[in-house]
Amino acid sequence: MGTLLSNLYIGVTLASIFLLVGLGLTFTFGQMGVINMAHGEFIMAGAYVPFVLQTTVFASLQGVALIVALPVAFVVAGLLGVVLERVLLRRMYDRPLDTLLVTFGISLLLQQAAKDLFSANNKDVVTPTFLRGQWSVLGVSMTHTRLFVVLLVALALLGVWVFLTRLPAGRRMRAVMQNRDLAAVSGLPTARVDATTFFLGSGLAGLAGVAVALIGPIGYGTGTAYILSAFLVVIVGGFGKLRGAFIAALVLGVLNAYIEHFTSSTIGKAAVFAFVILFLQFRPNGIVSLRTRGLTA
Amino acid sequence: MRMRAQGTWRLVTAGMIGASLLAAGCSSSSSTTESGGAGSKSGGNTVKVGVLQSLSGTMAISEVAVRDSALLAIEEINASGGVLGKQIEPLVEDGESKPEVFAQKAEKLITSDKASVVFGGWTSSSRKAMKPVVEGTKSLLFYPVQYEGLEVSPNIFYTGATTNQQIIPALDYLKEKGLTKVFLVGSDYVFPRTANKEIKAYANANGLEVVDEQYLQLGDTNVQGIVNKVLDKKPQVVFNTLNGDSNVSFFKELKAKGNTTSAIQTVSVSIAEEEVPGVGVDNLAGHLVSWNYYQTTDNPRNKAFVAAYQKEYGANKPTSDPMQAGYNSVYIWKAAVEKAGSFDVEKVKAAAAGITIETPEGTLTVHPKNHHVFKTARIGMINPKGQIDEVWNSGKPVAPDPCLDSYSWASGLATGQARAECDAVK
Repeated sequence: MGTLLSNLYIGVTLASIFLLVGLGLTFTFGQMGVINMAHGEFIMAGAYVPFVLQTTVFASLQGVALIVALPVAFVVAGLLGVVLERVLLRRMYDRPLDTLLVTFGISLLLQQAAKDLFSANNKDVVTPTFLRGQWSVLGVSMTHTRLFVVLLVALALLGVWVFLTRLPAGRRMRAVMQNRDLAAVSGLPTARVDATTFFLGSGLAGLAGVAVALIGPIGYGTGTAYILSAFLVVIVGGFGKLRGAFIAALVLGVLNAYIEHFTSSTIGKAAVFAFVILFLQFRPNGIVSLRTRGLTA
Repeated sequence: MRMRAQGTWRLVTAGMIGASLLAAGCSSSSSTTESGGAGSKSGGNTVKVGVLQSLSGTMAISEVAVRDSALLAIEEINASGGVLGKQIEPLVEDGESKPEVFAQKAEKLITSDKASVVFGGWTSSSRKAMKPVVEGTKSLLFYPVQYEGLEVSPNIFYTGATTNQQIIPALDYLKEKGLTKVFLVGSDYVFPRTANKEIKAYANANGLEVVDEQYLQLGDTNVQGIVNKVLDKKPQVVFNTLNGDSNVSFFKELKAKGNTTSAIQTVSVSIAEEEVPGVGVDNLAGHLVSWNYYQTTDNPRNKAFVAAYQKEYGANKPTSDPMQAGYNSVYIWKAAVEKAGSFDVEKVKAAAAGITIETPEGTLTVHPKNHHVFKTARIGMINPKGQIDEVWNSGKPVAPDPCLDSYSWASGLATGQARAECDAVK
């Protein structure tokens, strides 16, 4: 019972990371059809933010630095995304496969930039006091850092849902994604909506960066460690669907945790991939599918 | 030995979408040769040596510092008159973190640049790639990093530790301290797998209990499952052969779960001074490592080395075991050349046998036959400043034994080519 529960917990926390890194990609890849290899580097940019804040402005206030890092990382990564979209990607919306090459190149450039700025060595973000420690519930020990990530992803999901369904900007975004031509003739500024979508998607990657900085390495290669999970979540979930991404992250996380517990880490990973390959044979459009522009059109 | 891959994904992707294009682009720009003087005075008053490390790619993070320390040694030797009256002219090449590039650049250095010796390599795969090249051309390679043993090449000098100078002393230390319930955690590739095979053989013969053995893929940061297994099995110590980024997640999670070194201690063989800040001093303080050299190693030669290194490359730059071995390599070669009175490879090899020099890690002697060096094993504890304090050493330098022939429990570990190579130098 104890192990069953504690692996469920591991699965859920793993799912929260999958979902957090994949959430932004449901916009840029899922909705806009850009195979955004640079998404990982937006996560990386976000991960450096708490490090920079902790070592400069808030040198003695590590907790404050971390909280302030959340909006700052969102904006930093979001702006990187907007620049990428405005300068390069808007020229190739009808060529999704080319975006793979372009964004891969951008991802290498950003990694090199990070090496030049921060050196090739990993950096450390100090865990603030309020995130040190753990709670033990029914024999499952839950560390505060992981719970913080779960909380963060819950808030991000809620925020995105409110934005998409309750705010005019979100409605415009959905309109453009579902039928660009109709949205354009109805007078929607589609170019501006594209930029907003990219800002949001990349900003969420920045947020994910702050979260993963607490539990993993912070270096120029940070993004590459998570980009695969991000794509998996979006592809299995169904392009551009929040509900799908949520279910996909949860299923993959829990599956990984249980298989790993009974076998080994390496086999757990391989089994998850095998499952994904099988699953896509039966539901090539993912868990929740809807016709969108781009890859699934 | 060590690899710090940042994730297989990038490699896969690179392969997928035309790594060949990139490689072609990179190699043309990165193979520029840095030489002492612009118009090199060939023959005459200089002797050319190759310095071949990864200056780009995933391994650059570790190998650039080894290049720096080798160049420092060359600079010092030149300032004090050179070797046999000749100034050393370093030819620096980039191995690009790719074994095949190491092979190709080693061949270039030896055959077209006429380098007298090559200093370089880090991963075992880079060494294995250069081995047939230096053996085929009957030339000389100095390899500066601790590795998994089971190799003796007539054309390679191994200036880092073999397993009986790093891993076995660590096990001896654990046994001496009564930390006999051991959990093995490692990255999933040749070095940790080989090391763990040896550790299990040792444990069988010496009354240690290996409670579990778990591997993570290189660069994997999903460590919760493994950390839970560690906490469930309640070992006294984790023998850690994880490499690179997995270490960061592993130690962060262990710390977050409230572990202290008095509950579960760890001993790592791939974390040195350079890696400590990236993992976080908070997460590592009090944990053990096993090497042959620390920046804090207390002798005048090391003080001079650290001062010279930091003067050249920056006051906060740490010095570590592999860097120091890279530095020593140049001095060992110099001493051998001077003893031989010649740069001829066969004469230098013969002269190197049994040679003794003073190095930052202490007095260092080259084994008369197997091309490895006698090294003092040192167990260190990471302190809250991120430096490593020595808590135990082997007292005297340990004779290198790449095939572990002096350990009865290890019989049968060296087979095939390794067996043949070790028998050839008996």
